[in-house]
Amino acid sequence: MAMASSGTALVTLPTDTQILITREFDAPRHLVYKAWTTPELIKRWWAGDRGEVTIAEVDLRVGGRWRYVMTANDGFEVAFHGVYREIVPNERLVSTEVFEGIPDAEASAVVNTITLTETDGRTTLTSLAEHPSRGIRDMVINSGMEAGMQEAMDHLERVAASLR
Amino acid sequence: MASMARAATTADAFNAVAEPRRRQILDVLAGRELPVNDLVRMVGLAQPLVSKHLRVLREVGLVGVRDQGRQRMYSVNGRPLKPIHDWVKNYERSWSQRFDRLDVVLEELKQIKEENHGDGE
Repeated sequence: MAMASSGTALVTLPTDTQILITREFDAPRHLVYKAWTTPELIKRWWAGDRGEVTIAEVDLRVGGRWRYVMTANDGFEVAFHGVYREIVPNERLVSTEVFEGIPDAEASAVVNTITLTETDGRTTLTSLAEHPSRGIRDMVINSGMEAGMQEAMDHLERVAASLR
Repeated sequence: MASMARAATTADAFNAVAEPRRRQILDVLAGRELPVNDLVRMVGLAQPLVSKHLRVLREVGLVGVRDQGRQRMYSVNGRPLKPIHDWVKNYERSWSQRFDRLDVVLEELKQIKEENHGDGE
């Protein structure tokens, strides 16, 4: 069985307050939607290499709440939550996203718009994040940098351990 | 006019590309050299504005200029964009890792679907 290898995410910054992520998947869009909105499936991918998802709650209706909690590899717990604003099954999902670890978190809420388009059984996902300010947008990107460095350190640690 | 240009002056590439019109100028200049007249036509802004943006871009080293006969030819120098590229790349990497795992989940969902359709051997 060949593994689906669809390439990396493409990240661009269309405006000062936005982050746009684009990625193609070798699957029809109703399956991408399912993996994106089903708690037990979210738990399997959402943390990436950064840790384990311990809680994934999804109340998939307009006004419904979602909450994900992740224990990062260094033991630190991070949590995000938000509210669904717009739901078009298999096509479009608009929701807010709040990072619980910062002061005045609700004021820093991000609005995420996910769109799924399918061509010949493959799905292009776009995730457009609109931040309340450029400062918050930049902070979000910086958090990716920290995570990247953390992963680099983890890998380094493994390599170092294997040399013993 | 000088004060307008002064107000728009920014210290580094991050700020220089924060302005959408300057990003547009960089896009137009990508991979080629153009005189200011062509830039004005392609960007669709008045020449003083284009010149103002070009000045900001030149100050941070994103745009270079050389004289060719009676014309001044402008071109892009991408090197000052490297820190921005690196900055976004780290964020991109963490999403790529998530999506790699999502690929595995999707492969399984596809298998399950095929089995449910009862078209296996």
